[in-house]
Amino acid sequence: MLPLLSTLIFLPLLGGLITFFSGVNARKTALAVALVELALSLWVLLAHFVPTAGMQLVEDYWWVESLGISYKMGLDGISMALVLLTTVLVPLIILSAFGRDVKSPSLYFGLILLMQSALIGVFASLDGFLFYLFWELALIPIYLICLNWGGENRTRITLKFFIYTLFGSLLMLVAFIWMRAQTANQSFDIDQFYALKLSSDAQSWIFWALFLAFAIKMPVFPFHSWQPDTYTDAPTQGTMLLSGIMLKMGIYGVIRWMLPVLPIGVDTWGLLAASLAVAGIVYASLIAWVQKDFKRLIAYSSIAHVGMIAAAVFTLSTQGLLGSVVQMLSHGVNVVGLFLVADILLHRTGTRDLGQLGGIRSVAPAFATTFIIILLGAVALPLTNGFIGEFMLLSGIFRYNITLASLAGLSVIFGAVYMLRAYRIIMLGEQQSSSATFADLVWNEKAVLYTLVVLIFLFGVYPDPLIRLVGPSVEHLQEVITNAGAATLR
Amino acid sequence: MINWIGLVPLFPLLGFLILSLGQKSFSKTIAGLIGSATVTASFLISLCVAATLPVEPVTVDVFHWFSAGSLSVDFSFLVDPLAAIFLIIITGVGLLIHIYSIGYMHDDPAFTRFFSYLNLFVFFMLLLVLGANYLVLFTGWEGVGLCSYLLIGFWFKNPEYNKAANKAFIMNRIGDLAFLLGVILIFVQFGSIAFADIFPAARQMPDNQPMMVAITLLLFIGATGKSAQLPLYTWLPDAMAGPTPVSALIHAATMVTAGIYMVVRSNVLYSLAPFTLDVMATIGTVTALFAATIALGQTDIKKVLAYSTVSQLGMMVAALGAGAYATAIFHVTTHAFFKALLFLAAGSVIHAMSGEQDVRRMGGLRKKLPVTYFVFLIGTLAISGIPPFAGFFSKDEILAHMWVQNKVLFVGLALTAVCTALYMFRLFFMTFFGAFRGTHEQEHHLHESPAVMTIPLIVLAILSTVGGLLGIPEIFGGHHHLRALLAPLLSFPASLLNEEPSHTFEWIMMGTTLLVLAIVIRTVYQSIVVRAELPSSDDKDITGTQRLLANKYYVDEIYQAAIVKPLRTFGSFCGNIIENYIIDGAVRTVNAAVNTAGSGTRKLQTGNVGFYVFAMVLGILAILVYNLIIR
Repeated sequence: MLPLLSTLIFLPLLGGLITFFSGVNARKTALAVALVELALSLWVLLAHFVPTAGMQLVEDYWWVESLGISYKMGLDGISMALVLLTTVLVPLIILSAFGRDVKSPSLYFGLILLMQSALIGVFASLDGFLFYLFWELALIPIYLICLNWGGENRTRITLKFFIYTLFGSLLMLVAFIWMRAQTANQSFDIDQFYALKLSSDAQSWIFWALFLAFAIKMPVFPFHSWQPDTYTDAPTQGTMLLSGIMLKMGIYGVIRWMLPVLPIGVDTWGLLAASLAVAGIVYASLIAWVQKDFKRLIAYSSIAHVGMIAAAVFTLSTQGLLGSVVQMLSHGVNVVGLFLVADILLHRTGTRDLGQLGGIRSVAPAFATTFIIILLGAVALPLTNGFIGEFMLLSGIFRYNITLASLAGLSVIFGAVYMLRAYRIIMLGEQQSSSATFADLVWNEKAVLYTLVVLIFLFGVYPDPLIRLVGPSVEHLQEVITNAGAATLR
Repeated sequence: MINWIGLVPLFPLLGFLILSLGQKSFSKTIAGLIGSATVTASFLISLCVAATLPVEPVTVDVFHWFSAGSLSVDFSFLVDPLAAIFLIIITGVGLLIHIYSIGYMHDDPAFTRFFSYLNLFVFFMLLLVLGANYLVLFTGWEGVGLCSYLLIGFWFKNPEYNKAANKAFIMNRIGDLAFLLGVILIFVQFGSIAFADIFPAARQMPDNQPMMVAITLLLFIGATGKSAQLPLYTWLPDAMAGPTPVSALIHAATMVTAGIYMVVRSNVLYSLAPFTLDVMATIGTVTALFAATIALGQTDIKKVLAYSTVSQLGMMVAALGAGAYATAIFHVTTHAFFKALLFLAAGSVIHAMSGEQDVRRMGGLRKKLPVTYFVFLIGTLAISGIPPFAGFFSKDEILAHMWVQNKVLFVGLALTAVCTALYMFRLFFMTFFGAFRGTHEQEHHLHESPAVMTIPLIVLAILSTVGGLLGIPEIFGGHHHLRALLAPLLSFPASLLNEEPSHTFEWIMMGTTLLVLAIVIRTVYQSIVVRAELPSSDDKDITGTQRLLANKYYVDEIYQAAIVKPLRTFGSFCGNIIENYIIDGAVRTVNAAVNTAGSGTRKLQTGNVGFYVFAMVLGILAILVYNLIIR
């Protein structure tokens, strides 16, 4: 029997290596690999995955037995959802680069596939060391992508991004090594971590070490200052990978590796962490409102959206946790769409400056329609994907702390303010000289954007299958957290 | 029949999908036909549903939407008399406006897009009134807001229209946030958001609990957005940027009454929160009077009607605040007839005047536009509350109820009624009487609208005439059909039960109102028609009060200066100063510290063997000292 999960993880790695040597066919090779990977993940979901609470498709072997490191992999509903997010988005991300000039495409697309491999590894790891390893592995391709294919200030900005996130991951490594030393049999196994009964002091220290690691990745205010620069300067596909999938590593890390291990730490510091996230919502929304560069505007709006997810996770409520998974998927879909819109604008007009754009709707109706649908998803209009998640998140936060919920809810207003403002300036009004020859969507853009539009409505109208996939795992996770809390207090 | 209820919203949705996906392939005739046919189908089914309405409310599940923990949300519809009334208003008036639009929008290149949006609007509006829980209601609620945005900015090349569209969406969103928090609070309190679970449970609860006050206030804030009440009303006058049929359908007859619908739907909760009712009575009355005075100072035919709508909505909210839920619905119904009529008739005027909207450049149109003139007259009589036209009955009912509840607010509403007659007859006389004041070119083009536009006008005029029959007061020996229909689902606050104004009072009030109205109409006639006194467009002649009214009390300017500007400035401050100097500054400081430490230690690596040996000896000495002496 083929180890399905390992195949899922290493197929893109293999595909990436092939792509490195595929020369002019790099795009097609990479797309083919990503589509096979997508098909494989769907087959795994439909034929081999039972949406019950526990881990599925588990593979567990000793790797470095003397250090307590095992190759332990598995998926529950939460990680399965994120794996699917990855396998759905990566082919779209690759497809979005068709028709664009990319220097050394074989390297570029190969790195995207390597990235995919590492991302799936992160979501599937059930061993602390393995998780850390994939976490760092994911950093390398994206670092290279930003460094070699980025904008004018790429060297400075990429270095900042690299140091920021490396600093965070080192904190995580230290925390994991310390936690391993506390386990009964000196192991990085997640179940050993879950069985830990750490003192409340220790939990506080570990909480902050892990929180910083994850908060930088998401990013949460005020650890976000790498993000707007990096998102703006990275090549489109890099930004899509960062915002669509990679930042979910941070939220996933909190859900999988913090909440069940540190019940007291979360109880003590969760409100502060959630408050930072909520402060970020208001802060980033206000900044998004005054942005001139559309890509930077989306970067800030992403801080706001992620802030709501991060805040809800710390409430430990069913609505908060389930909502966070649902919203991670919605955010991934919407943000990739928005960054493609930004890419199309730059490609067609040579600028993303709101001041120089205008009147595009008159000449590009298909573009205008898809843009506004994605935008409505981002502002969480009911029947689009953003709404269900946002309602759950707000309910979760509301039951936890009414003030935080009211502040977080301001994104309902601000989101509409800055998004509609951008749409009005870019798309409506009289045509500007920049958009005189604006061509409507071409086939690959249509393929990507229409797929995203379908997903936006699918998860807005009929999110039930997704919720049934994730729900049992969320409830199981809550039990683990409750038991861990009770055990530590005893 | 009830089980077919899903078809009612489905038809307009299909119409929207067909029209928007096949936009280029349809001729205008076909597009107009598709758009109107879907609404006709919904209207016919609604009629059948209303005719066969069962005694008990019926819930029809469409599909399971989502669940999260104890929260389970079905996409389901609730059919009861309240929903049925709105179904018929929406599809009936909607159909007339669709037909009218075939003529009105005929020369617009984006004709098909217009009908696709109208169909989408009807779909969401039907969801709103059919939803069996607060989230389906909210889906319709936000959906109609979206359509309103799309239709206000329908002519999207005009930057002002686009700003008006954004303003409408955002002002509504402010209310929507409160609404959403209210729904969450309902879920926290009742463990469900379905009407069928909440209201029976609420009926068992005591009065005036803080929780219930909070819930009803939050929902009401939502209503102040959608139904254009103080302080969130400012989007509605700007919304007149949209094509006139949109103003009639969305911004007069249906969408803006969603707030009234929602409160009546939730009346069980509101009756438990007398405090909220008092707030509503006050806000409604103040809005009614405030907007009516602004209408006195406007010269744009649509702006007058827009402020009039705000004012009339204020009267409905005041009625709700007085606990007179059925009366509010009565006024929603009659208002839907006569305000749709007035807007469409105004559209016919604008159409004839080649786009002119300023009544100072109209005049004497009654000869050239006889049908429009006649129906506009009926609309004016109806809104001014002249018997036996529809507005008379519903407005008097509101006044009578307010008299029982609160004498001060009663005076406010009575003054509003006087202002209403004043601005409406002023508008009417300026448009249709006196001499023509437009250009020669306009005069040459003047024509009565085609039948496709006048027939809907005539139908609405008939409804505005006889609509009052739905609720003939007892003193005329009539039967209040609406109140009887709604009675099973209404629940009144303890303080309001069994309090009806005395018949003597009603007679006195009616007599007085009629007398005052007669004086008002005569005065306006004397001033505008006989003495031809028109508001001057020359700034010098304008008094302070007139300027204040013409500038709508400067509310927009105040909001801009007090809220928007400071927030944007703060946003710039965050984006430029905090981001660059504080947060990134801290990062740079850490970076610099690391660099300094690095360059400090780097100097130790001199490459001089002697130095290394020296350091080694020092180290050994230190270890020895530590081991031998300190320990």
